[in-house]
Amino acid sequence: MSPSVGALRARFGRAIGRAFVSCGDTVVFVDRVAIRDVLRWLKETPGQEFNYLVDLTAVEYRDGERPLEVVYELFSLGRRAQLRVKVQLAKETTLELDSVVPVWRGADWLEREVYDMFGIAFRGHPDLRRILMWETYAEGFPLRKDFPLRGRFSRSEQVRQALNIHPEAHYSMEELSIAEAAQDLPADMRERLRHGERGTVPERPPEEPDGD
Amino acid sequence: MATKRTVEFELATTGADARGRPIRLPLGVATAEPEDDDLDLGGHNMLINIGPQHPATHGVLRLVVELDGEVVVRVIPHVGYLHSGFEKLGEYRHYNQIIPLTDRTDYLSPMSNNVALALAAEKLMGIEITERCRVLRVIACEMSRLISHLVWMGTTAIDIGAFTPFLWTFYERERIYNLQEAWTGARLTTSLTRVGGMMADVPDGFTENLRQWCRNFPKTLDEVDRVLTRNGIWCARTQGVGVLTGEEAINFSMSGPMLRASGVAYDVRKDRPYLGYETYDFNVPVGEHGDVYDRYLVRFEELRQSTRILEQALDRLPDGPINVDDPRVILPPKSAAMSDMEAMIFHFKQVMEGVKAPVGEAYFPVENGKGELGYYFVSDGTAKPVRWRIRPPSFINLAALPKMAEGALLSDLIAINASVDIVMGEVDR
Repeated sequence: MSPSVGALRARFGRAIGRAFVSCGDTVVFVDRVAIRDVLRWLKETPGQEFNYLVDLTAVEYRDGERPLEVVYELFSLGRRAQLRVKVQLAKETTLELDSVVPVWRGADWLEREVYDMFGIAFRGHPDLRRILMWETYAEGFPLRKDFPLRGRFSRSEQVRQALNIHPEAHYSMEELSIAEAAQDLPADMRERLRHGERGTVPERPPEEPDGD
Repeated sequence: MATKRTVEFELATTGADARGRPIRLPLGVATAEPEDDDLDLGGHNMLINIGPQHPATHGVLRLVVELDGEVVVRVIPHVGYLHSGFEKLGEYRHYNQIIPLTDRTDYLSPMSNNVALALAAEKLMGIEITERCRVLRVIACEMSRLISHLVWMGTTAIDIGAFTPFLWTFYERERIYNLQEAWTGARLTTSLTRVGGMMADVPDGFTENLRQWCRNFPKTLDEVDRVLTRNGIWCARTQGVGVLTGEEAINFSMSGPMLRASGVAYDVRKDRPYLGYETYDFNVPVGEHGDVYDRYLVRFEELRQSTRILEQALDRLPDGPINVDDPRVILPPKSAAMSDMEAMIFHFKQVMEGVKAPVGEAYFPVENGKGELGYYFVSDGTAKPVRWRIRPPSFINLAALPKMAEGALLSDLIAINASVDIVMGEVDR
């Protein structure tokens, strides 16, 4: 068992749950409220220095009663030590957790992936969007156990939706705001976007009469 | 907000314009009213879309770029076009059945993915592999690293405008592919390992041919060195481009040559050794500037070091079995399964039920060509994992692209993107 577990208990007390060793890796459970503080402490405290976030992922068990787990795989480059920190999220609660992007920038895409695949939202994430699935994906969260291997919709419905995607929907509103491209869209595209799944088109300000 | 104006140029040479004025004016002189002095030409940033089908994006990567003139203000990468749901598929398969899926993630170094998966499953099950198997796996890993870096070097040189090194590196890659094909029967979908051993031993003549290759390869490497390393254009296009400091690289969870080029000497083979890498004599090259040029130098030196490791592995390759002696894990030989009752039962149970793993979880990282590849298994005691997680080095390295490309020129964005060494099969999984 990694000595960091004892240090964590001394510092955070009841926020630290049970710890065990599996296949030589130390795993420690942390209360969901304290997770960002615990990880920041592990990263910045001399003697711990878990400065490298190896991986961030989530696990759902086949046993439907068991809570979801968010897994932070940590490594200390200086001390060559490993620690796996886990947070349990009961399924009947809101699946929400503090983002650790302020601690590690590398958590950005990893948290987006967990959100995309498991539907766990990260509070304070700068840009929490789906990443591997497209933004308008409506079938749910693929790595959840209640998600069928082939998706929720029938094959024909999936094909129909894929064929009905408008090319302009491949740009997010934020991207269209670059160069004010949203203003320059043809009227029919703007109309489709307005009814589309990408959010609302910013209204064009009233036309000023042109110079001539 | 200023509305957009259009400025009309009269290009005709005779006659009068719409307002009745003669248009015998030098070409390009605007005929707009003189009070229009608040003209806003090019006041907006430009939106550029690169990909998903573009040779310089190395697969189906899409970049939405905001440009101010030629300077990149912001890059918004879009990934997922090649998403195949490997992690989900893995939950429906036995551990050995997952191995073909790993071929298809990082398809530029399939053998080391196979090795990593077998190692992760063996860690979970507590299996100790044979010595010959270890050395063969080291050979497989280093061959994969060589292939991966050779592809990287060739394609990056093309992206930056040098075509010739591509031919040389792909020639050498083809030679390794021939060896790989002789060993596994496949060029890409190798599925080389099994939990507890290997799919096949190396064929006759393999070691001699690989030795021969190791002797010849440095000559090609020297040629590439002569063409690129001190080439003025190459240096101008790569030096000081896409710089990441060591701290930033760690903060972005970068790994592999990307991390080492920024001066952080973290190599899984040295820091979390596996397969007896601590007993091989090799160096880990580390850069100091963290730019595209240092990434090139780091990968270049890794090619030499991998060749060294290969030679040492060939020297020490022991005789003996490649599989563990455990009928619950390793399939019996076909002849035994067809004639011996006990062997047939083991064969049946393995094929129908798979190899059961104890309750627990294991994360196993290896140093792949792209960076730290890790497989994380969670088992509930059945023959299929509850969760199979790929720690994808390309995906995590690519996440730093917007940071690296900020303020660079559009042409540098191509060089920076090439330097990350992504494989979209692994980014999207």
